Amino acid sequence: MKSFNLAASAIAIVAASGTAAFARDNIQVAGSSTVLPYASIVAEAFGENFDYPTPVVESGGSSAGLKRFCEGVGENTIDVANASRKIKDKEVATCADNGVTDIMEVRIGYDGIVFASQKDGPAFNAFTPSDIFNALGAKVLKDGEIVDNGYAKWNEFNSDLPDADIIAFIPGTKHGTREVFEEKVLEAGCEATGAKEAFIASGMDEKAAGKACMEVRTDGKAVDIDGDYTETLARIGSNPNGIGVFGLAFYENNTDKLKVATMSGVEPSTETIASGEYPVSRPLYFYVKKAHIGVIPGLKEYAEFFVSDEIAGPDGPLAQYGLVADPELAKTQDAVANEVTMGSGS
Amino acid sequence: MSDATQHGAGQPATRSLHHLDARTKRRNASEKRFKALGIGAIGIGLAFLVILLVTIVSNGATAFQQTFVEVPVYLGAAKLDKKGNRDPEDLKKATTFTYKPLIEQSLLDAVEKSGATTDLAKAKDMKNLISASAASQVRDAVLADPSIIGTTVDFKILASSRVDSYLKGRVHRDEIAKDKNITVAQLDLVDQLRDAGIIHKGFNWAFIFGADASDSRAEQAGIGISMLGSFYMMLVVLVLALPIGVAASIYLEEFAPKNRITDLIEVNISNLAAVPSIVFGILGLAVFIQFAHLPQSAPLVGGLVLTLMTLPTIIISTRAALKAVPPSIRDAALGVGASKMQSVFHHVLPLAMPGILTGTIIGLAQALGETAPLLLIGMVGYIATNSPDGFLDGFVSPNSAMPAQIYEWAKRADPAFYERAWGGIIILLIFLLGMNIIAIILRRKFERRW
Repeated sequence: MKSFNLAASAIAIVAASGTAAFARDNIQVAGSSTVLPYASIVAEAFGENFDYPTPVVESGGSSAGLKRFCEGVGENTIDVANASRKIKDKEVATCADNGVTDIMEVRIGYDGIVFASQKDGPAFNAFTPSDIFNALGAKVLKDGEIVDNGYAKWNEFNSDLPDADIIAFIPGTKHGTREVFEEKVLEAGCEATGAKEAFIASGMDEKAAGKACMEVRTDGKAVDIDGDYTETLARIGSNPNGIGVFGLAFYENNTDKLKVATMSGVEPSTETIASGEYPVSRPLYFYVKKAHIGVIPGLKEYAEFFVSDEIAGPDGPLAQYGLVADPELAKTQDAVANEVTMGSGS
Repeated sequence: MSDATQHGAGQPATRSLHHLDARTKRRNASEKRFKALGIGAIGIGLAFLVILLVTIVSNGATAFQQTFVEVPVYLGAAKLDKKGNRDPEDLKKATTFTYKPLIEQSLLDAVEKSGATTDLAKAKDMKNLISASAASQVRDAVLADPSIIGTTVDFKILASSRVDSYLKGRVHRDEIAKDKNITVAQLDLVDQLRDAGIIHKGFNWAFIFGADASDSRAEQAGIGISMLGSFYMMLVVLVLALPIGVAASIYLEEFAPKNRITDLIEVNISNLAAVPSIVFGILGLAVFIQFAHLPQSAPLVGGLVLTLMTLPTIIISTRAALKAVPPSIRDAALGVGASKMQSVFHHVLPLAMPGILTGTIIGLAQALGETAPLLLIGMVGYIATNSPDGFLDGFVSPNSAMPAQIYEWAKRADPAFYERAWGGIIILLIFLLGMNIIAIILRRKFERRW
C-alpha cells in the first residue's frame, strides 16, 4: 500500500506543477517549414543574447501555422506564425472571428525556389517556365491545339533539353512553395507558350484559364511531395532523370549532391534573386499577435531582433544560410518598433 | 490414411525397417524442406537485422566524434567593456556579434603563429572554419567571470560543420565549387592546422548531453535535452499508468463479476491496445491542451498522452500475470481465513509482480519510441533548447523527445544533422535494449513456475 500512497502524492505534485506553470514565459512559434531554419537561427541567437528563454519553433506548414495562430488569444495559443506566403483574407477573417484582431505582418526577406537534379544525372542545366509548363501542365498547347499532356521526354518539345524521361518532384499542395511554383513557373510558362490564350479562346474566362494553367498532370510524371526537401532529395537520389523543386538555402547546403538549373538563363543565387533577375522567388513573413506583446515576455524584442541589421541584414546569419535580404528592411524595422498592425499603417 | 491401415493390417511387412520405402522418403524429404524453410526464414530475419545494425552504426558512429579548434582568444576590453566598469549589465550589451570578429582575429593570429602557409589573410576568412556557437561560448565565459577581460584565454571551440565533415570524409575538394560555406583554400589550411594540432577530433560529449541547435550550426546539436524530455514523459507514464493499470486489472481479474458489462470493458481494452497512436495525439490535443489548458510542448502533456496509449498494454499483461498465479494459492489463503483483499495483496500480487513489471517495462519501451502523438501536441520542431530550471519545471517547460528529435534532424538541410539523426538512433536503441534486458533479468530472477 505504501507504493500506492507514494504514487498518489506524486500525481498530486504533477497536477499542482501543471497549474502553477500557467504563466508561460517562452515565446511559441509555429508555421512554415521554409521559415523554420531562419526562425530557429534567430531563436537561438535570441536565447543567447537576451535573458529570455529560447523561443520554441515548430514547423508544420504555413497553412497549419496560421490556422493555429487564428485559434484565439491567450497563453495556450501561439504568439507568432511563420509563413512562406502572405496571409489570406479568409484567414484574417477567421482570426477576427476568434478575437485575433491586431496582427503585425513582418516581411523578413526573400527565398528563391530552384530546380535541381542529381549531380551525375543528365544535363538539366537550363529551363524556361515554358519548358516546365510543357513538361508538367495537365493540358498543353501542341500544334496550336489544346491537348492532354502526352510528352514523355524533355526533348520532345525543346530540342535543347536532354533525351530523358520527364519525372519531377514538386511540393505538395499543403506547402506554400507550391503556390509560388504554380504562379511564377506554371502560369508564366502557360502564358509564354500561348496556352493561356488558347484556354481563353476555347471559352474560358480569365480566372478559369488561370486555374487551368496551374493544373498539374496526374499521370505520374509529376509527383507531389508532401514531406520536406529531404524527401525530395532522397527521391532524386534514386532517380537520375528526376528534377526536384527546392528552396535556395536547401540547395546551397547540398551542392555536393545537387546540380541546379538556370531559369530563363539566370542562375539562382542570393544576388540574382535580390536584383529580381531570377524570376522564381517569394517573400517570407511572420505574423505576430499584438495582444500578446507585454503578456509574453520578450515577444516584441524577438520581433525586433529578427529584423535587426545584425540578423536579417545582407551580412547576417540568415543571409549566410540562404535568405535573400529585404532591401526595405529599415521600413520593416520601423513598422515593428511602432507595432504597426495590418490594415492600420501601410 | 486408408493406405496406411491396409499396409499394417493386410500384408505382412516384406521390407526391412532399415530400407526406406518411397512414402517414408517423401515424408522425410518434406520434413527436411520445412526445416530448411524455417532456417531460411530465420536467416532472412537475421540478415535484415545485421543490415539494419550495420547501417545504423556506420551512419551514426561518426556523430560521437567532433572536431574542435584550440584558440587563445584575446578578450580586448576596448570592445567588450566600452565603459570600463565591468558592470555585468553593461557587459551583456556586447552581443555575440561583437565577440565573433574577436574570435576570428584570434584564430588568424594563431594561424600566423603556427607558420601555416595560406593566402587567407583576413579575419573574415576564418569565419567558415569555426562554429557560430563559439561567440556564445566565449561570451558566456566572460559574463561568468568579467575579470578575464583584457587577458588572453585558451578556448576549445567547435569547428564548423563543413570542417568537421571534411575531416570525417564527407566533404571533398572537387564537390565544393558551389558551396559558399567553405573554400578549397580553407580546407588546405585545415589540413595544416590539423598537423599543427590546433584542429583535432575529440569525443563528442555535447552530442549526448547538449541541447538542439539551429540549422546554421549543426556541429553544436545534441540530444541531451530531448533525452530529459523523454525521461520526464516516462516518469509521468510510470507514475500514472502503473497504479491505474494494476488497480484496473486486479479489480477486473479478482473482484469483478463476470457479466455483460465486464465483457464489454474487456473487449474495449483489447481494442484500445490496437488503436493507432496518432489518435491518442489528437485526443491529447483536444482534451489536455484545448480543454484543460495545459501548456503546449510540455512533457507533462506528452506523458499523459503516452499514458493513455500504454494503459491497455499494461492492463493486458498484468491480467495475464494474475491469471498465471494458480488458484490453489488463492484457495489456501482464503482457507486459512484471509479476506479476499488480503489474499490478493499478500499472495497473488507479489507472485504476479515479475510479469507485471515486464509488461510495464515493455509498455514504457513502446512509449519511449513513439513520435506520432507528439507531433500534434507541439513537441516536434526546434524545441529542446533550454534545460529546465528545476525538477518540477521539467514537466511543463517546452521540450521534445528522443524519437521526435531524431525525426526533426532527419529533415534538416545540413548533412551533419543526418549523421546526428543516426547517432540519436544508436542512443535510443541502447535505451530500448537496456530496458528490455532489465525486463528479462526481472523475469528470470523472480519468476516462479508451478
